Amino acid sequence: MAKRKEDLQQEFIKGLWRDNPVFVQVLGMCPMLAVTNSAVNALAMGAATFFVLVGSSFLVSSLRRWIPKQVRISTYIIIIATFVTVTDFTLEALVPKIHKELGAFIPLIVVNCMILGRQEAFASRNSVRMAVMDALGMAAGFLFALLSLGAVREILGEGKLFGVSLFGPNFEPWVIMILPPGGFLTLGLILLFFSWIKQRKQRLEQRLAQLESEAR
Amino acid sequence: MKLKEHRLKLQAAPLLKQSMTTGQTMRDVLLALLPATLAGLWYFGLGALLVLIASIAGAMLTEWLFSPAESRMQRLSDNTALLTGLLLGLTLPPALPLWMAFIGGAASIGLGKLIWGGMGQNLFNPALVGRAFLLATFPIAMTTWSPQSGPTEFFQIYASNLAAPFMQSVYDGISAATPLGLMKFEQQSTGLWALVSGNTSGCIGETSGLLLLLGGLYLLLRRDLDWRIPAGILGTVALFSTTLYIVDSTHYPGPLFSVFSGGLLLGAIFMATDPVTSPLTPRGTWIFAVGIGVLVVLIRAYGGFPEGVMYAILLMNAATPLIDRYTQPRVFGKGIKNP
Repeated sequence: MAKRKEDLQQEFIKGLWRDNPVFVQVLGMCPMLAVTNSAVNALAMGAATFFVLVGSSFLVSSLRRWIPKQVRISTYIIIIATFVTVTDFTLEALVPKIHKELGAFIPLIVVNCMILGRQEAFASRNSVRMAVMDALGMAAGFLFALLSLGAVREILGEGKLFGVSLFGPNFEPWVIMILPPGGFLTLGLILLFFSWIKQRKQRLEQRLAQLESEAR
Repeated sequence: MKLKEHRLKLQAAPLLKQSMTTGQTMRDVLLALLPATLAGLWYFGLGALLVLIASIAGAMLTEWLFSPAESRMQRLSDNTALLTGLLLGLTLPPALPLWMAFIGGAASIGLGKLIWGGMGQNLFNPALVGRAFLLATFPIAMTTWSPQSGPTEFFQIYASNLAAPFMQSVYDGISAATPLGLMKFEQQSTGLWALVSGNTSGCIGETSGLLLLLGGLYLLLRRDLDWRIPAGILGTVALFSTTLYIVDSTHYPGPLFSVFSGGLLLGAIFMATDPVTSPLTPRGTWIFAVGIGVLVVLIRAYGGFPEGVMYAILLMNAATPLIDRYTQPRVFGKGIKNP
């Protein structure tokens, strides 16, 4: 039983860090770049994606025995679209202002390749518990990525975080950061940072292995 | 752990045993820029010097920080970071806050050079990448031009130079339009002598046409420069703007004004000729130069900005690999068609 529990934890953690959908798999770039000009928008988008991914992973995994192989992709899309519609109307009812700012990107969650990828690669082949854990991890990783990008862009672009001014009224905004190039630049620098960490870790491991073999 | 001193010191090409190394070429270019730089300092005072120092410091610190520890000094000693910082500084307005100039220097080396793989790998001219970044990031500060200070006010620093990092700058209140701005928005021309001697407002290094040409001549004599690029750019601009001038002389400036105003000479002589980002073959070089000339006049005449040299050069930089591919000389012994 203990091993099962560890497995579940592993499925969750891998989405957060090792296989992070944005920083490592580089999936779901469209919402990532388009709606992260402020932290609030990023949070709303992340939450919407979170709900859709977890819901559809659950449903796909529980229906996996009855979905015919030939039409599986369209079935996934229908399931995802159902959850997206629910999210769309919920956001419109609760937070109409944010819903308006996110615009077309809420319906576009349907074609987020990260979500479809998880259904095809994981949820359709694993038990419901594993699939939900995986979806939770991936969605949390996506939310974390959106939020970090949105925070950097809002802090530099407007001197605020979640609408709260950080540096006082004299702050000189970096206009480029709230424009599309700022999204590309920030994302690129974050990816650079991640691959730097990865390389460093690999090098350390190599060095360690070398030292061990020398010690023998 | 102490770092081992490398016995075999690798530097960027050309590796031939001759006096013309990368460092030597860069020293030549620095020397050629010296008269125009001094003129800029004479016209704009100590504030301009501080802007230049800040942008050079940004460039060199970034180069130092992101180079492998064992080759840091080696890389800094080839003077490319120094030259990039200086070129960027010369394209900045003299009253720019120093922290912005510093960030510009860091962006030009970081985003313009190191991200592509370092010296010789970059697609765009690093100094212009830094300037484009600054223009998109701080559009107001980058287009606020100060009038020239007289010799008596040499030691006065613009109040906006000393703005605290990340804070807005306070301007002295007086601003002066550049000759190109006057032309575009008020249809008011500036005298040729003022343009040639540099007695106008504008970026630090772009005011004096005569001294820039002098620097270009020096580079030409030292063979550090492909003469086709400045000749092609200046010729195209002169020809194209003459055509426009004949069509409508109230809205479009004449050829001499076009050539000597704004950053055209600085860009044509010192930036477009960057050997890394310009085509290799003579035929490709002509295409590149004519493209820049046409784009400069198009942007100046029909674009939203009064000046278009930076974007023209960056756009043609992007086209350089394509030009190189289509102008490859025929391999001896092969057929007429490209292999």
